[in-house]
Amino acid sequence: MRPVPGEHTAPCLLDGYDPRMELSLGSRQVAGHTVVEVRGEVDVYTAATLRERLLAVIEGGATSVVVDLRRVDFLDSTGLGVLVGALKRLRLAGGQLALVCDSEKLLKVFRITALDRVFTLHDSVEAATAAAPAEG
Amino acid sequence: MPTVHLAFSPAPQYVRTARLVSVAVARRAGVADELLDWVRLAVGDACGRAVARHVRHGVNDLVRVIMSDDGPYEVRVIDACGTATAAEPAVEAEDPAVAEDADRMAETLLAGLVEDLQVSRGPDGTEVRMAWPVRRQLSDTTRTRHDGRT
Repeated sequence: MRPVPGEHTAPCLLDGYDPRMELSLGSRQVAGHTVVEVRGEVDVYTAATLRERLLAVIEGGATSVVVDLRRVDFLDSTGLGVLVGALKRLRLAGGQLALVCDSEKLLKVFRITALDRVFTLHDSVEAATAAAPAEG
Repeated sequence: MPTVHLAFSPAPQYVRTARLVSVAVARRAGVADELLDWVRLAVGDACGRAVARHVRHGVNDLVRVIMSDDGPYEVRVIDACGTATAAEPAVEAEDPAVAEDADRMAETLLAGLVEDLQVSRGPDGTEVRMAWPVRRQLSDTTRTRHDGRT
């Protein structure tokens, strides 16, 4: 299997989560949606890894992408930019992007930048996948 | 004035170090715990923005961060991309529109996070000055103890 950006362990990345790693990514299919789970810190250094992963998922044909940010403890403007880029790309392809976020700290970042009006934010993966049509 | 100076090569991997140091100094300065996340985010964004500007203009000088824990906790992030440098053609490794979007996003976030914020652009570089209130001075307490006073 071709290595995917940000994937550090196999077969289940998240079982092997190493807190010393600044960012870990995992992806799975849930009810016809591609869920990308992000753990750690998304900043000016690690954002490129997230960008590559989202690009790989989108170029792989995913049209309904859910980015699960519940295990993210730091998200800066570079990370926000990556999410905006993925949203634009998916919309151009007729797809959709939803975010899962239950931390007041992160939600404040979305509010300050007015991106809470741009993204669809949910507090659970179940809510996100129930709200959007599945990939065809 | 008690200060901590930090200077780092303009590379993204050092931004995390800068924000960890800034929070450690903020804690010592007496910044309220509930503000520390915002210090971390604001300093990280200011440093990230400085690194991006250095990279865009091909400037290899160090990014400087000056933290003062005297009175309000003040952090100054200083890049070496002044008005003179900005006149030089930028090294366009990325789409200029993307770079502008990133700059705008960083500035919006900084303005929303930091009430006491000043951005000054000079011939030698740009300085982002941020300040947060403190509620106790650990350094004063330590100093008193060393002086043998109660």
